[in-house]
Amino acid sequence: MDPVSTAQAVNEVQTLVTHIDGYVYPNEQNLLWSVLIVVYPYITGLVAGAFIMASLVRVFSVQALAPAYRLALLTALAFLLCAPLPLLLHLGHPERCLEVIVTPHVSSPMAMFGFVYAWYIMAVLLLELWLEYRRDFVVWGQRERGFKGLLYRLLTLGATDVSPGALHLDERLSQTITIIGIPSAFLLHGYVGFIFGSIKANPWWGNVLMPIIFIFSAIVSGMALCVVVYMALNWVRRRAADDACLDKMGMFLFFALLVDFSVEALDWIHRLYQAEESIHVLKQLAAGKLFYSLLVGQLCLGTLAPLFLLGATQLLRERIAMWLRRRIYFISAVLIMVGVLMMRWNVVIGGQLFSKSLRGFTTFKLEPAGQEGWLMGLALMILPFVILGVLVRYFLPILPVTAAAGEPASAEK
Amino acid sequence: MKFTLSRRQLLVGFGGVASWLMAQPIAQAAKTAVKKVFVSTQAPKGYDPFKHKWLMCIDADRCIGCGACVEACKTENHVPSESMYFRTWIERYIIKKPAAGSGDARGEVLVDSPNGGRGGFPPSMVPRTDILKAFFVPKLCNLCEKSPCTQACPVGATFDSPDGAVLVDPNYCIGCGFCIQACPYGCRFLNPETHTADKCSLCYHRITRELKPACVEVCPGQARIFGDLKNPVENDPLQAFIRKNKVQALKPNLGTDPRVLYANIDKEVR
Repeated sequence: MDPVSTAQAVNEVQTLVTHIDGYVYPNEQNLLWSVLIVVYPYITGLVAGAFIMASLVRVFSVQALAPAYRLALLTALAFLLCAPLPLLLHLGHPERCLEVIVTPHVSSPMAMFGFVYAWYIMAVLLLELWLEYRRDFVVWGQRERGFKGLLYRLLTLGATDVSPGALHLDERLSQTITIIGIPSAFLLHGYVGFIFGSIKANPWWGNVLMPIIFIFSAIVSGMALCVVVYMALNWVRRRAADDACLDKMGMFLFFALLVDFSVEALDWIHRLYQAEESIHVLKQLAAGKLFYSLLVGQLCLGTLAPLFLLGATQLLRERIAMWLRRRIYFISAVLIMVGVLMMRWNVVIGGQLFSKSLRGFTTFKLEPAGQEGWLMGLALMILPFVILGVLVRYFLPILPVTAAAGEPASAEK
Repeated sequence: MKFTLSRRQLLVGFGGVASWLMAQPIAQAAKTAVKKVFVSTQAPKGYDPFKHKWLMCIDADRCIGCGACVEACKTENHVPSESMYFRTWIERYIIKKPAAGSGDARGEVLVDSPNGGRGGFPPSMVPRTDILKAFFVPKLCNLCEKSPCTQACPVGATFDSPDGAVLVDPNYCIGCGFCIQACPYGCRFLNPETHTADKCSLCYHRITRELKPACVEVCPGQARIFGDLKNPVENDPLQAFIRKNKVQALKPNLGTDPRVLYANIDKEVR
């Protein structure tokens, strides 16, 4: 080796030393999956959760939630449309993405993405939305002129029969599809959990509870999103949110969060009790590299705080005034959404911070720009809200929303 | 109950069996043709992967940590020169003496692999008198019989060759990185030039031309013993090595069944 390259090597070693504790395999020094893979399970989770929220109305006949039903479905659609983007953008060869659908390798959970996604969007969500909206499309199509009218008329797909018999059929079909939709939503997100849970090479990921944890955190985050979007929409439209609906959402949010917390606690109890070879490195990971995102962000802010707040609204409902409950629901929902985002971060990034040799840690440096930068992640998180805005504009007109039910005094928030 | 078979049924049965048998070679031919189209390896024409079964053994006692194998591998396979991309690398294990009176069998275990061991190792900072034992362990793709990377690949771009090699088709890989996460041994990386998964191919372009892998070829200590289990040569060093040594695989608990076997390594090696 000539002196120059020796010096280079020494420099390299020195720069490495600064971001590596202990020993990591040489190929593991830099993280492979970054922000985009954090955003991907977050978005699909929001889809699944929003759908479960919507299905509460239809399958479990929770009529109090009806004012948020359409909004929940549109939210699920807006996020589902964006779900493949982070996956696509993180590929080394995005132009080869269709191979996953044309020549899927059946033993790979990732190969199932195309099918699960296609099934969910085509067979469940779009169909359900169409059946829900068909009558309105016919009515709006006749009333509206120009682009809007054309859009609604196109969306009827030519099925303009709005006789009671036809509407009854719509209703029954919709019911069936929602029943199929619930396991499908579980599949959509349980499958994402399986992508990580099936990796036996990584003790942080390879875990039978992973799909279950993902499903429940998805339900929690999706419901929280519905609360936030519902309250925000009413605020933007200067309308009173339906208090009974909010109370019901708060209740479901609380119980879903309780289950989610229990399952994750079980995961930790099990890990600590079994204390396998990897437990030392995982403990160090949780208490060190992931201290702020796991213990502070995910556990305290994202789980315990909303559990306490929502629990208070459940136990002391009579004593807490509605204006305060509304604020509690909103704050809890935002905290939960942040907490679940942290959870995705802890899984995806945390799982790559320690070496599979179980002997050391590397460091993740979050870059703003670039394919895997946080700006890209942020853009992908904003995009579904933009799409939702468009959807709401066209498909959630102000008029049909429950005719100003709330008392005028509480209408401002 | 009397079992009757009409002539019609009999003929249909025979016809079915005959057409099934005749379809077999056609199916095989079609399968081979499809494989040819979809799978590009670096093997020469006429190489039959079904007639070989490769195995790599590593004698840790013979490794001197010179790094010639890492250098040879980087050159032979055009592995990016940066110190985070390796198809093979060497780890140095230094096990310290236990503190006096601690009752431990051994002290702290230090592992390093500066620049993958390329160009050799700098002297250790641990004073010689504090070292209980030290040794080198060459690492490479473990050529798992039940390879988790192959299982995970969503498009089948990485595959198990019948001769025991686990290969990547860089023209088909989509660069999702799932195989890299699935490899328990840290043997894979995303090649920054091709944006596809990259790993040790056992120098497939060499072994299919009756040459040894580059790392085996250059190892001055003959720490890497490589051979073909289906075609043992006279006084086969591989057979002799397996006969004379107690060998083990890395991370056997994961059920990957590696075809890279180690002799003379410590329990600390992972």
